[in-house]
Amino acid sequence: MKNLLGVLMLSLGLLWSTNAQAQEMLQIKGSDTLINLVQRLAEVYMEENPGAYIAVTGGGSGTGVAALINKKCDIANASRLMKPKEMAQASDQGVNVNRVVIAMDGLSVITHPDNPIKKLTVDAIGKIFRGEITNWSDVGGNNTPITMYGRQSNSGTFVFFRDAVLKGDYSQKMNRMNGNAQIVEAVKRDISGVGYVGVGYVKDATGLTVLSVAAKVNGEYASPLNSADVKSGKYPITRPLNQYINGSPTGPLKEFLEFELSSSGQTVVEEEGFFPIPAEYEEFNTKAGL
Amino acid sequence: MQMVIKKSWFNNSIKEKLIHGFFFCNGIISVVVLLGIFALLVFTSIPAFSEVNLKDFLFGTTWNPTSYVKEQYGIIPMLVSTFMVTIGALAIAIPLGIGTAAYLSDVASPRVREIAKPTVEILAGIPSVVIGFLGIVLVGPFLSKVFGIHNGLNALNGSILLAVMALPTIVSISEDALSNVPKSYGQASLALGATKWQTVIKVKIPSALSGIIAACMLGMGRAIGETMTVLMATGCAPAMPERFLGPVRTLTSSIAIELGEVAYNTTHYYALFALGLVLFIITFFVNMTSDIILHKFEKVNR
Repeated sequence: MKNLLGVLMLSLGLLWSTNAQAQEMLQIKGSDTLINLVQRLAEVYMEENPGAYIAVTGGGSGTGVAALINKKCDIANASRLMKPKEMAQASDQGVNVNRVVIAMDGLSVITHPDNPIKKLTVDAIGKIFRGEITNWSDVGGNNTPITMYGRQSNSGTFVFFRDAVLKGDYSQKMNRMNGNAQIVEAVKRDISGVGYVGVGYVKDATGLTVLSVAAKVNGEYASPLNSADVKSGKYPITRPLNQYINGSPTGPLKEFLEFELSSSGQTVVEEEGFFPIPAEYEEFNTKAGL
Repeated sequence: MQMVIKKSWFNNSIKEKLIHGFFFCNGIISVVVLLGIFALLVFTSIPAFSEVNLKDFLFGTTWNPTSYVKEQYGIIPMLVSTFMVTIGALAIAIPLGIGTAAYLSDVASPRVREIAKPTVEILAGIPSVVIGFLGIVLVGPFLSKVFGIHNGLNALNGSILLAVMALPTIVSISEDALSNVPKSYGQASLALGATKWQTVIKVKIPSALSGIIAACMLGMGRAIGETMTVLMATGCAPAMPERFLGPVRTLTSSIAIELGEVAYNTTHYYALFALGLVLFIITFFVNMTSDIILHKFEKVNR
Protein backbone atom coordinates (compact mmCIF):
# COMPACT_ATOMS: atom_id res chain seq x y z
CA MET A 1 0.00 0.00 0.00
CA LYS A 2 2.80 2.34 0.92
CA ASN A 3 4.45 1.53 -2.36
CA LEU A 4 1.29 2.26 -4.24
CA LEU A 5 0.97 5.62 -2.55
CA GLY A 6 4.56 6.38 -3.41
CA VAL A 7 3.96 5.58 -7.06
CA LEU A 8 0.85 7.70 -7.08
CA MET A 9 2.66 10.66 -5.57
CA LEU A 10 5.49 10.26 -8.01
CA SER A 11 3.22 10.16 -11.03
CA LEU A 12 1.26 13.13 -9.74
CA GLY A 13 4.52 14.98 -9.31
CA LEU A 14 5.54 14.06 -12.84
CA LEU A 15 2.22 15.23 -14.20
CA TRP A 16 2.63 18.50 -12.36
CA SER A 17 6.09 19.12 -13.74
CA THR A 18 5.17 18.27 -17.34
CA ASN A 19 2.20 20.57 -16.98
CA ALA A 20 4.40 23.40 -15.79
CA GLN A 21 6.71 22.82 -18.72
CA ALA A 22 3.84 22.75 -21.17
CA GLN A 23 3.00 26.31 -20.28
CA GLU A 24 6.39 27.52 -21.42
CA MET A 25 6.32 25.46 -24.60
CA LEU A 26 5.06 27.06 -27.77
CA GLN A 27 2.69 24.83 -29.70
CA ILE A 28 2.68 25.38 -33.45
CA LYS A 29 0.33 23.40 -35.65
CA GLY A 30 -0.97 23.37 -39.19
CA SER A 31 0.15 23.59 -42.78
CA ASP A 32 2.13 20.76 -44.28
CA THR A 33 3.74 23.24 -46.69
CA LEU A 34 5.08 25.27 -43.79
CA ILE A 35 6.07 22.44 -41.47
CA ASN A 36 9.68 21.94 -42.62
CA LEU A 37 10.31 25.67 -42.71
CA VAL A 38 8.87 26.39 -39.27
CA GLN A 39 10.57 23.35 -37.80
CA ARG A 40 13.90 24.64 -39.09
CA LEU A 41 13.14 28.13 -37.76
CA ALA A 42 12.29 26.64 -34.36
CA GLU A 43 15.49 24.59 -34.32
CA VAL A 44 17.67 27.59 -35.11
CA TYR A 45 15.79 29.68 -32.55
CA MET A 46 16.11 27.03 -29.83
CA GLU A 47 19.83 26.73 -30.51
CA GLU A 48 20.24 30.46 -30.02
CA ASN A 49 17.93 30.57 -27.01
CA PRO A 50 18.54 27.66 -24.67
CA GLY A 51 15.51 27.11 -22.49
CA ALA A 52 13.01 27.88 -25.23
CA TYR A 53 10.72 24.99 -26.19
CA ILE A 54 8.81 24.94 -29.43
CA ALA A 55 6.81 22.00 -30.75
CA VAL A 56 5.87 22.07 -34.43
CA THR A 57 3.31 19.62 -35.83
CA GLY A 58 1.48 19.34 -39.13
CA GLY A 59 -1.95 18.11 -40.07
CA GLY A 60 -2.85 20.72 -42.67
CA SER A 61 -3.83 24.39 -42.51
CA GLY A 62 -7.44 23.53 -41.67
CA THR A 63 -6.30 21.45 -38.73
CA GLY A 64 -4.05 24.24 -37.47
CA VAL A 65 -6.75 26.88 -37.74
CA ALA A 66 -9.23 24.59 -35.98
CA ALA A 67 -6.68 24.10 -33.19
CA LEU A 68 -6.19 27.86 -32.83
CA ILE A 69 -9.94 28.38 -32.60
CA ASN A 70 -10.17 25.68 -29.94
CA LYS A 71 -7.18 27.26 -28.14
CA LYS A 72 -5.11 24.11 -28.57
CA CYS A 73 -2.08 25.85 -30.07
CA ASP A 74 -0.26 29.17 -29.94
CA ILE A 75 0.42 29.56 -33.64
CA ALA A 76 -1.57 28.14 -36.54
CA ASN A 77 0.47 27.72 -39.70
CA ALA A 78 -1.72 28.37 -42.72
CA SER A 79 -0.81 28.34 -46.39
CA ARG A 80 -4.17 29.95 -47.13
CA LEU A 81 -6.22 32.74 -45.62
CA MET A 82 -8.67 31.97 -42.85
CA LYS A 83 -12.19 31.55 -44.21
CA PRO A 84 -14.94 33.96 -43.10
CA LYS A 85 -16.66 31.02 -41.42
CA GLU A 86 -13.53 30.27 -39.41
CA MET A 87 -13.17 33.95 -38.48
CA ALA A 88 -16.74 33.97 -37.18
CA GLN A 89 -16.11 30.81 -35.18
CA ALA A 90 -12.93 32.29 -33.73
CA SER A 91 -14.72 35.38 -32.47
CA ASP A 92 -17.48 33.14 -31.04
CA GLN A 93 -14.79 31.37 -29.05
CA GLY A 94 -13.27 34.65 -27.94
CA VAL A 95 -10.18 34.22 -30.11
CA ASN A 96 -8.95 37.52 -31.48
CA VAL A 97 -7.15 36.44 -34.64
CA ASN A 98 -4.04 38.23 -35.87
CA ARG A 99 -2.25 37.38 -39.07
CA VAL A 100 1.53 37.30 -39.52
CA VAL A 101 3.12 36.69 -42.91
CA ILE A 102 6.46 34.90 -42.59
CA ALA A 103 7.38 34.00 -46.17
CA MET A 104 6.29 33.86 -49.79
CA ASP A 105 5.67 30.67 -51.74
CA GLY A 106 5.66 30.09 -55.46
CA LEU A 107 3.21 27.22 -55.70
CA SER A 108 4.89 24.82 -58.11
CA VAL A 109 3.24 22.58 -60.65
CA ILE A 110 5.33 19.46 -61.18
CA THR A 111 5.50 16.67 -63.75
CA HIS A 112 7.67 13.66 -64.57
CA PRO A 113 10.97 14.59 -66.28
CA ASP A 114 10.18 12.32 -69.25
CA ASN A 115 7.04 14.29 -69.97
CA PRO A 116 7.85 16.68 -72.86
CA ILE A 117 5.54 19.36 -71.44
CA LYS A 118 7.73 21.93 -69.70
CA LYS A 119 5.36 24.91 -69.51
CA LEU A 120 1.65 25.58 -69.23
CA THR A 121 -0.71 28.51 -68.82
CA VAL A 122 -2.71 29.02 -65.64
CA ASP A 123 -5.82 28.42 -67.70
CA ALA A 124 -4.59 25.03 -68.95
CA ILE A 125 -3.57 23.99 -65.43
CA GLY A 126 -7.05 24.91 -64.23
CA LYS A 127 -8.64 22.87 -67.00
CA ILE A 128 -6.46 19.86 -66.19
CA PHE A 129 -7.33 19.87 -62.50
CA ARG A 130 -11.00 20.58 -63.14
CA GLY A 131 -10.99 17.44 -65.25
CA GLU A 132 -11.79 19.23 -68.51
CA ILE A 133 -8.51 18.19 -70.11
CA THR A 134 -7.79 14.52 -69.47
CA ASN A 135 -5.02 13.71 -71.93
CA TRP A 136 -1.56 15.23 -72.27
CA SER A 137 -2.02 15.40 -76.06
CA ASP A 138 -4.63 18.14 -75.53
CA VAL A 139 -1.90 20.47 -74.27
CA GLY A 140 0.64 19.39 -76.89
CA GLY A 141 2.14 16.40 -75.14
CA ASN A 142 2.15 12.63 -75.60
CA ASN A 143 -1.04 10.67 -75.98
CA THR A 144 -1.19 9.67 -72.29
CA PRO A 145 -4.09 10.11 -69.92
CA ILE A 146 -3.33 12.62 -67.16
CA THR A 147 -3.07 11.41 -63.57
CA MET A 148 -3.70 14.21 -61.07
CA TYR A 149 -2.13 14.34 -57.63
CA GLY A 150 -3.54 16.91 -55.23
CA ARG A 151 -4.03 17.40 -51.56
CA GLN A 152 -6.85 16.56 -49.18
CA SER A 153 -9.46 19.13 -48.24
CA ASN A 154 -7.83 19.89 -44.88
CA SER A 155 -4.87 21.33 -46.78
CA GLY A 156 -4.43 25.06 -47.26
CA THR A 157 -2.68 24.37 -50.54
CA PHE A 158 -5.78 22.48 -51.70
CA VAL A 159 -7.98 25.48 -50.95
CA PHE A 160 -5.56 28.10 -52.28
CA PHE A 161 -4.94 26.28 -55.56
CA ARG A 162 -8.66 25.75 -56.05
CA ASP A 163 -9.54 29.37 -55.38
CA ALA A 164 -6.62 30.91 -57.25
CA VAL A 165 -6.11 28.59 -60.22
CA LEU A 166 -9.17 26.38 -60.73
CA LYS A 167 -11.91 28.81 -59.70
CA GLY A 168 -14.08 25.72 -59.68
CA ASP A 169 -14.15 22.23 -58.25
CA TYR A 170 -11.33 19.73 -58.49
CA SER A 171 -11.97 16.72 -60.67
CA GLN A 172 -13.39 13.93 -58.55
CA LYS A 173 -10.69 11.74 -60.11
CA MET A 174 -7.80 13.65 -58.58
CA ASN A 175 -5.86 11.50 -56.12
CA ARG A 176 -6.00 13.02 -52.65
CA MET A 177 -2.51 12.70 -51.18
CA ASN A 178 -1.43 13.14 -47.58
CA GLY A 179 1.16 15.85 -48.02
CA ASN A 180 3.55 17.70 -50.33
CA ALA A 181 6.22 15.03 -49.98
CA GLN A 182 3.80 12.30 -51.03
CA ILE A 183 2.85 14.25 -54.16
CA VAL A 184 6.52 14.73 -55.03
CA GLU A 185 7.18 10.99 -54.61
CA ALA A 186 4.14 10.02 -56.66
CA VAL A 187 4.93 12.35 -59.56
CA LYS A 188 8.55 11.15 -59.64
CA ARG A 189 7.27 7.63 -60.31
CA ASP A 190 4.43 8.47 -62.68
CA ILE A 191 5.13 9.61 -66.24
CA SER A 192 1.51 10.67 -66.63
CA GLY A 193 1.41 12.54 -63.34
CA VAL A 194 0.93 16.19 -62.50
CA GLY A 195 0.81 17.70 -59.02
CA TYR A 196 1.14 20.95 -57.11
CA VAL A 197 3.38 21.59 -54.09
CA GLY A 198 5.02 24.43 -52.18
CA VAL A 199 8.29 25.54 -53.79
CA GLY A 200 10.21 24.50 -50.67
CA TYR A 201 9.59 20.90 -51.64
CA VAL A 202 11.09 21.12 -55.15
CA LYS A 203 14.02 23.47 -54.66
CA ASP A 204 16.60 20.66 -54.59
CA ALA A 205 14.41 17.82 -55.76
CA THR A 206 15.80 15.82 -58.65
CA GLY A 207 13.81 13.64 -61.01
CA LEU A 208 11.08 16.21 -61.47
CA THR A 209 10.09 18.92 -63.89
CA VAL A 210 8.93 22.14 -62.29
CA LEU A 211 6.71 23.69 -64.93
CA SER A 212 7.09 27.27 -66.06
CA VAL A 213 3.73 28.98 -65.91
CA ALA A 214 2.26 31.96 -67.74
CA ALA A 215 -0.66 34.00 -66.49
CA LYS A 216 -2.33 33.98 -69.90
CA VAL A 217 -1.96 32.59 -73.41
CA ASN A 218 0.92 34.37 -75.20
CA GLY A 219 2.03 35.65 -71.81
CA GLU A 220 5.53 35.30 -70.51
CA TYR A 221 6.43 32.03 -68.82
CA ALA A 222 8.20 32.13 -65.48
CA SER A 223 9.56 29.48 -63.12
CA PRO A 224 8.91 29.43 -59.38
CA LEU A 225 12.54 28.44 -58.90
CA ASN A 226 13.56 31.92 -60.04
CA SER A 227 13.26 34.09 -56.95
CA ALA A 228 13.21 37.33 -58.93
CA ASP A 229 10.14 36.17 -60.87
CA VAL A 230 8.33 35.16 -57.71
CA LYS A 231 9.12 38.46 -56.00
CA SER A 232 8.08 40.55 -58.98
CA GLY A 233 4.89 38.55 -59.39
CA LYS A 234 5.83 37.46 -62.90
CA TYR A 235 5.30 33.90 -61.71
CA PRO A 236 1.51 33.87 -61.44
CA ILE A 237 0.82 31.41 -58.60
CA THR A 238 2.36 33.02 -55.54
CA ARG A 239 0.96 33.22 -52.08
CA PRO A 240 1.92 34.47 -48.66
CA LEU A 241 2.56 31.84 -46.00
CA ASN A 242 0.77 32.85 -42.83
CA GLN A 243 0.83 32.27 -39.13
CA TYR A 244 -2.30 33.08 -37.18
CA ILE A 245 -2.11 33.94 -33.50
CA ASN A 246 -4.57 34.85 -30.77
CA GLY A 247 -4.36 38.53 -29.77
CA SER A 248 -1.20 40.60 -29.57
CA PRO A 249 1.83 38.41 -29.00
CA THR A 250 3.75 38.71 -25.75
CA GLY A 251 6.67 36.94 -24.07
CA PRO A 252 8.22 33.90 -25.77
CA LEU A 253 5.62 33.94 -28.54
CA LYS A 254 6.52 37.49 -29.49
CA GLU A 255 10.23 36.75 -29.32
CA PHE A 256 9.89 33.78 -31.64
CA LEU A 257 7.75 35.69 -34.15
CA GLU A 258 10.24 38.54 -34.14
CA PHE A 259 13.02 36.07 -34.81
CA GLU A 260 11.13 34.66 -37.80
CA LEU A 261 10.78 38.11 -39.31
CA SER A 262 14.35 39.14 -38.51
CA SER A 263 17.06 38.91 -41.14
CA SER A 264 18.43 35.67 -39.66
CA GLY A 265 14.92 34.20 -39.72
CA GLN A 266 14.44 35.25 -43.32
CA THR A 267 17.79 33.66 -44.21
CA VAL A 268 16.37 30.36 -42.98
CA VAL A 269 13.30 31.02 -45.13
CA GLU A 270 15.51 31.29 -48.20
CA GLU A 271 17.57 28.25 -47.23
CA GLU A 272 14.38 26.22 -47.09
CA GLY A 273 13.53 27.26 -50.65
CA PHE A 274 10.86 29.87 -49.93
CA PHE A 275 11.07 33.61 -50.47
CA PRO A 276 11.34 36.51 -48.00
CA ILE A 277 8.36 38.70 -47.18
CA PRO A 278 7.68 41.44 -49.71
CA ALA A 279 6.98 44.95 -48.41
CA GLU A 280 3.26 44.78 -49.16
CA TYR A 281 2.69 42.18 -46.46
CA GLU A 282 4.68 43.88 -43.75
CA GLU A 283 1.64 45.91 -42.72
CA PHE A 284 -0.06 42.75 -41.39
CA ASN A 285 2.92 42.09 -39.24
CA THR A 286 2.98 45.67 -37.96
CA LYS A 287 -0.73 45.42 -37.25
CA ALA A 288 -0.12 42.23 -35.27
CA GLY A 289 2.25 44.22 -33.08
CA LEU A 290 5.54 43.07 -34.59
CA MET B 1 -13.38 -20.57 17.27
CA GLN B 2 -16.91 -20.12 16.12
CA MET B 3 -16.30 -16.39 15.75
CA VAL B 4 -13.40 -17.05 13.41
CA ILE B 5 -15.46 -19.29 11.19
CA LYS B 6 -18.28 -16.81 11.15
CA LYS B 7 -15.96 -13.99 10.26
CA SER B 8 -14.39 -15.84 7.36
CA TRP B 9 -17.83 -16.89 6.14
CA PHE B 10 -18.93 -13.28 6.32
CA ASN B 11 -15.83 -12.18 4.45
CA ASN B 12 -16.35 -14.79 1.80
CA SER B 13 -19.93 -13.83 1.25
CA ILE B 14 -19.06 -10.18 0.80
CA LYS B 15 -16.18 -11.09 -1.45
CA GLU B 16 -18.49 -13.27 -3.46
CA LYS B 17 -20.95 -10.45 -3.87
CA LEU B 18 -18.27 -7.95 -4.78
CA ILE B 19 -16.82 -10.27 -7.39
CA HIS B 20 -20.28 -10.92 -8.74
CA GLY B 21 -20.91 -7.18 -8.95
CA PHE B 22 -17.57 -6.57 -10.59
CA PHE B 23 -18.21 -9.05 -13.38
CA PHE B 24 -21.75 -7.83 -13.80
CA CYS B 25 -20.44 -4.29 -14.29
CA ASN B 26 -17.89 -5.55 -16.79
CA GLY B 27 -20.59 -7.33 -18.71
CA ILE B 28 -23.01 -4.45 -18.71
CA ILE B 29 -20.41 -1.80 -19.51
CA SER B 30 -19.84 -2.96 -23.07
CA VAL B 31 -23.58 -2.96 -23.69
CA VAL B 32 -23.88 0.55 -22.29
CA VAL B 33 -20.94 1.76 -24.37
CA LEU B 34 -22.36 0.20 -27.52
CA LEU B 35 -25.78 1.76 -26.97
CA GLY B 36 -24.11 5.05 -26.09
CA ILE B 37 -22.09 5.11 -29.30
CA PHE B 38 -25.14 4.23 -31.35
CA ALA B 39 -27.21 6.96 -29.68
CA LEU B 40 -24.43 9.52 -30.16
CA LEU B 41 -24.08 8.66 -33.83
CA VAL B 42 -27.84 8.82 -34.42
CA PHE B 43 -28.37 12.10 -32.61
CA THR B 44 -25.36 13.79 -34.18
CA SER B 45 -26.33 12.56 -37.64
CA ILE B 46 -29.93 13.75 -37.55
CA PRO B 47 -29.20 17.49 -38.00
CA ALA B 48 -27.41 16.69 -41.28
CA PHE B 49 -30.70 15.70 -42.83
CA SER B 50 -32.28 19.07 -42.26
CA GLU B 51 -30.19 20.29 -45.18
CA VAL B 52 -29.29 17.09 -47.00
CA ASN B 53 -32.03 15.06 -48.59
CA LEU B 54 -31.86 11.48 -47.26
CA LYS B 55 -32.35 10.16 -50.78
CA ASP B 56 -29.45 12.25 -52.10
CA PHE B 57 -27.33 11.04 -49.21
CA LEU B 58 -28.02 7.35 -49.75
CA PHE B 59 -28.11 7.29 -53.53
CA GLY B 60 -26.03 10.33 -54.55
CA THR B 61 -22.92 9.56 -56.55
CA THR B 62 -20.89 12.66 -55.65
CA TRP B 63 -19.34 13.43 -52.29
CA ASN B 64 -18.02 16.98 -52.22
CA PRO B 65 -18.85 18.82 -49.00
CA THR B 66 -16.16 21.48 -49.47
CA SER B 67 -17.16 22.33 -53.01
CA TYR B 68 -16.37 25.65 -54.67
CA VAL B 69 -19.74 25.59 -56.38
CA LYS B 70 -22.30 23.35 -54.67
CA GLU B 71 -21.96 21.00 -51.74
CA GLN B 72 -22.95 17.42 -52.42
CA TYR B 73 -23.30 14.58 -49.97
CA GLY B 74 -23.70 11.30 -51.87
CA ILE B 75 -22.20 8.22 -50.24
CA ILE B 76 -22.49 5.67 -53.05
CA PRO B 77 -18.87 5.99 -54.31
CA MET B 78 -17.58 5.49 -50.78
CA LEU B 79 -19.84 2.51 -50.14
CA VAL B 80 -18.69 0.93 -53.39
CA SER B 81 -15.06 1.66 -52.49
CA THR B 82 -15.41 0.14 -49.04
CA PHE B 83 -16.99 -3.01 -50.44
CA MET B 84 -14.44 -3.32 -53.25
CA VAL B 85 -11.49 -3.08 -50.90
CA THR B 86 -13.06 -5.42 -48.35
CA ILE B 87 -14.10 -8.08 -50.85
CA GLY B 88 -10.69 -7.88 -52.51
CA ALA B 89 -9.01 -8.32 -49.13
CA LEU B 90 -11.18 -11.32 -48.26
CA ALA B 91 -10.61 -12.92 -51.65
CA ILE B 92 -6.90 -12.88 -50.89
CA ALA B 93 -6.95 -13.51 -47.15
CA ILE B 94 -9.52 -16.31 -46.86
CA PRO B 95 -7.85 -18.95 -49.08
CA LEU B 96 -4.44 -17.98 -47.78
CA GLY B 97 -5.60 -17.92 -44.18
CA ILE B 98 -7.44 -21.24 -44.23
CA GLY B 99 -4.55 -22.82 -46.12
CA THR B 100 -2.10 -21.60 -43.51
CA ALA B 101 -4.37 -22.75 -40.70
CA ALA B 102 -4.74 -26.21 -42.23
CA TYR B 103 -0.99 -26.44 -42.69
CA LEU B 104 -0.33 -25.40 -39.12
CA SER B 105 -2.86 -27.77 -37.60
CA ASP B 106 -2.39 -30.86 -39.75
CA VAL B 107 0.86 -30.81 -41.66
CA ALA B 108 3.42 -28.84 -39.74
CA SER B 109 5.50 -30.58 -37.10
CA PRO B 110 4.87 -29.36 -33.55
CA ARG B 111 8.12 -27.44 -33.58
CA VAL B 112 7.31 -25.59 -36.78
CA ARG B 113 3.85 -24.78 -35.42
CA GLU B 114 5.30 -23.44 -32.19
CA ILE B 115 7.38 -20.98 -34.14
CA ALA B 116 5.06 -20.22 -37.05
CA LYS B 117 1.83 -19.56 -35.18
CA PRO B 118 3.15 -16.87 -32.85
CA THR B 119 4.92 -15.31 -35.83
CA VAL B 120 1.64 -15.01 -37.72
CA GLU B 121 0.03 -13.55 -34.61
CA ILE B 122 2.78 -10.97 -34.25
CA LEU B 123 1.77 -9.75 -37.71
CA ALA B 124 -1.39 -8.43 -36.05
CA GLY B 125 0.71 -6.15 -33.89
CA ILE B 126 2.22 -4.17 -36.76
CA PRO B 127 0.77 -0.64 -36.67
CA SER B 128 -1.50 0.12 -39.60
CA VAL B 129 0.49 3.21 -40.51
CA VAL B 130 3.54 0.99 -41.10
CA ILE B 131 1.52 -1.29 -43.36
CA GLY B 132 0.26 1.80 -45.21
CA PHE B 133 3.84 2.95 -45.66
CA LEU B 134 4.75 -0.43 -47.15
CA GLY B 135 1.79 0.05 -49.48
CA ILE B 136 3.26 3.29 -50.77
CA VAL B 137 6.89 2.25 -51.15
CA LEU B 138 6.58 -1.48 -51.85
CA VAL B 139 3.20 -2.73 -53.04
CA GLY B 140 2.39 0.39 -55.07
CA PRO B 141 5.52 0.36 -57.26
CA PHE B 142 5.22 -3.43 -57.58
CA LEU B 143 1.63 -3.20 -58.84
CA SER B 144 2.44 -0.43 -61.26
CA LYS B 145 5.23 -2.53 -62.74
CA VAL B 146 3.23 -5.76 -62.94
CA PHE B 147 0.10 -4.24 -64.45
CA GLY B 148 1.85 -1.52 -66.46
CA ILE B 149 -0.18 1.23 -64.81
CA HIS B 150 1.07 4.71 -63.99
CA ASN B 151 0.71 4.48 -60.25
CA GLY B 152 0.07 1.80 -57.66
CA LEU B 153 -2.34 3.71 -55.43
CA ASN B 154 -5.51 1.76 -56.04
CA ALA B 155 -8.13 -0.58 -54.64
CA LEU B 156 -5.99 -3.66 -55.25
CA ASN B 157 -3.16 -2.16 -53.22
CA GLY B 158 -5.59 -1.52 -50.36
CA SER B 159 -6.96 -5.05 -50.66
CA ILE B 160 -3.53 -6.62 -50.46
CA LEU B 161 -2.61 -4.60 -47.38
CA LEU B 162 -5.91 -5.29 -45.67
CA ALA B 163 -5.49 -8.98 -46.46
CA VAL B 164 -2.16 -8.89 -44.66
CA MET B 165 -3.85 -7.23 -41.69
CA ALA B 166 -6.80 -9.66 -41.62
CA LEU B 167 -4.59 -12.71 -42.03
CA PRO B 168 -3.49 -13.14 -38.39
CA THR B 169 -7.10 -13.13 -37.18
CA ILE B 170 -8.20 -15.63 -39.80
CA VAL B 171 -5.20 -17.95 -39.37
CA SER B 172 -5.20 -17.91 -35.61
CA ILE B 173 -8.91 -18.53 -35.07
CA SER B 174 -9.23 -21.05 -37.93
CA GLU B 175 -6.25 -22.95 -36.58
CA ASP B 176 -7.87 -23.09 -33.14
CA ALA B 177 -11.08 -24.37 -34.71
CA LEU B 178 -9.24 -27.04 -36.71
CA SER B 179 -7.25 -28.17 -33.68
CA ASN B 180 -10.47 -28.49 -31.70
CA VAL B 181 -11.93 -31.01 -34.14
CA PRO B 182 -11.87 -34.33 -32.20
CA LYS B 183 -8.86 -36.43 -33.17
CA SER B 184 -11.11 -39.42 -33.79
CA TYR B 185 -12.66 -37.69 -36.86
CA GLY B 186 -9.33 -37.47 -38.63
CA GLN B 187 -8.28 -40.93 -37.52
CA ALA B 188 -11.54 -42.44 -38.74
CA SER B 189 -11.17 -40.77 -42.08
CA LEU B 190 -7.57 -41.97 -42.49
CA ALA B 191 -8.59 -45.46 -41.40
CA LEU B 192 -11.18 -45.53 -44.17
CA GLY B 193 -8.39 -45.02 -46.65
CA ALA B 194 -8.74 -41.27 -47.29
CA THR B 195 -5.54 -39.42 -48.02
CA LYS B 196 -4.32 -36.65 -45.73
CA TRP B 197 -5.54 -34.06 -48.25
CA GLN B 198 -9.00 -35.60 -48.43
CA THR B 199 -9.14 -35.74 -44.65
CA VAL B 200 -8.36 -32.07 -44.29
CA ILE B 201 -10.68 -30.88 -47.06
CA LYS B 202 -13.62 -33.22 -46.57
CA VAL B 203 -13.58 -33.95 -42.85
CA LYS B 204 -11.67 -31.46 -40.79
CA ILE B 205 -12.54 -28.17 -42.50
CA PRO B 206 -16.28 -28.98 -42.66
CA SER B 207 -16.34 -29.93 -38.98
CA ALA B 208 -14.49 -26.74 -38.05
CA LEU B 209 -16.56 -24.61 -40.41
CA SER B 210 -18.35 -22.54 -37.79
CA GLY B 211 -15.06 -21.45 -36.29
CA ILE B 212 -13.59 -20.77 -39.72
CA ILE B 213 -16.56 -18.65 -40.75
CA ALA B 214 -16.34 -16.71 -37.51
CA ALA B 215 -12.66 -16.14 -38.25
CA CYS B 216 -13.43 -14.82 -41.74
CA MET B 217 -16.17 -12.55 -40.44
CA LEU B 218 -13.84 -11.11 -37.82
CA GLY B 219 -11.28 -10.57 -40.56
CA MET B 220 -13.95 -8.82 -42.61
CA GLY B 221 -14.81 -6.57 -39.68
CA ARG B 222 -11.19 -5.57 -39.41
CA ALA B 223 -10.98 -4.84 -43.13
CA ILE B 224 -14.11 -2.67 -43.23
CA GLY B 225 -13.09 -0.55 -40.28
CA GLU B 226 -9.40 -0.11 -41.12
CA THR B 227 -8.55 3.50 -41.85
CA MET B 228 -4.92 4.54 -41.96
CA THR B 229 -3.77 1.86 -44.36
CA VAL B 230 -6.42 2.53 -46.99
CA LEU B 231 -6.03 6.26 -46.50
CA MET B 232 -2.36 6.01 -47.43
CA ALA B 233 -2.47 3.41 -50.16
CA THR B 234 -5.62 3.85 -52.23
CA GLY B 235 -5.25 7.32 -53.75
CA CYS B 236 -8.45 8.56 -52.08
CA ALA B 237 -9.97 10.13 -55.22
CA PRO B 238 -13.65 10.65 -54.39
CA ALA B 239 -14.92 9.74 -57.88
CA MET B 240 -17.00 6.60 -58.37
CA PRO B 241 -14.51 3.71 -58.59
CA GLU B 242 -14.32 2.12 -62.01
CA ARG B 243 -11.94 -0.77 -61.54
CA PHE B 244 -9.69 -2.49 -59.05
CA LEU B 245 -6.66 -0.78 -60.55
CA GLY B 246 -8.10 2.71 -60.00
CA PRO B 247 -8.18 4.90 -56.90
CA VAL B 248 -10.91 4.46 -54.32
CA ARG B 249 -11.93 6.34 -51.21
CA THR B 250 -13.52 4.36 -48.41
CA LEU B 251 -15.97 5.58 -45.77
CA THR B 252 -13.27 5.41 -43.12
CA SER B 253 -10.71 7.45 -45.04
CA SER B 254 -13.29 10.14 -45.81
CA ILE B 255 -14.07 10.52 -42.13
CA ALA B 256 -10.37 10.59 -41.27
CA ILE B 257 -9.52 13.16 -43.93
CA GLU B 258 -12.38 15.53 -43.26
CA LEU B 259 -13.02 15.37 -39.53
CA GLY B 260 -9.73 17.10 -38.76
CA GLU B 261 -10.67 20.34 -40.46
CA VAL B 262 -14.43 20.45 -40.38
CA ALA B 263 -16.04 23.35 -38.54
CA TYR B 264 -18.05 22.04 -35.60
CA ASN B 265 -21.83 21.92 -35.78
CA THR B 266 -22.04 22.46 -39.51
CA THR B 267 -23.90 20.26 -42.00
CA HIS B 268 -20.58 18.81 -43.10
CA TYR B 269 -19.75 17.87 -39.49
CA TYR B 270 -23.10 16.16 -38.99
CA ALA B 271 -22.79 14.43 -42.36
CA LEU B 272 -19.48 12.90 -41.26
CA PHE B 273 -21.26 11.45 -38.24
CA ALA B 274 -23.89 10.09 -40.60
CA LEU B 275 -21.03 8.36 -42.46
CA GLY B 276 -19.94 6.91 -39.13
CA LEU B 277 -23.48 5.69 -38.54
CA VAL B 278 -23.53 3.97 -41.92
CA LEU B 279 -20.23 2.30 -41.10
CA PHE B 280 -21.56 1.25 -37.71
CA ILE B 281 -24.67 -0.28 -39.25
CA ILE B 282 -22.59 -2.20 -41.81
CA THR B 283 -20.26 -3.69 -39.20
CA PHE B 284 -23.25 -4.42 -36.98
CA PHE B 285 -24.86 -6.47 -39.73
CA VAL B 286 -21.62 -8.26 -40.55
CA ASN B 287 -21.28 -9.30 -36.93
CA MET B 288 -24.92 -10.26 -36.62
CA THR B 289 -24.78 -12.39 -39.75
CA SER B 290 -21.68 -14.14 -38.50
CA ASP B 291 -23.47 -14.81 -35.20
CA ILE B 292 -26.50 -16.28 -36.94
CA ILE B 293 -24.32 -18.47 -39.16
CA LEU B 294 -22.38 -19.65 -36.13
CA HIS B 295 -25.53 -20.69 -34.30
CA LYS B 296 -26.90 -22.49 -37.33
CA PHE B 297 -23.76 -24.56 -37.69
CA GLU B 298 -23.69 -25.29 -34.00
CA LYS B 299 -27.18 -26.74 -34.26
CA VAL B 300 -26.27 -28.82 -37.29
CA ASN B 301 -23.18 -30.13 -35.53
CA ARG B 302 -25.22 -31.20 -32.57
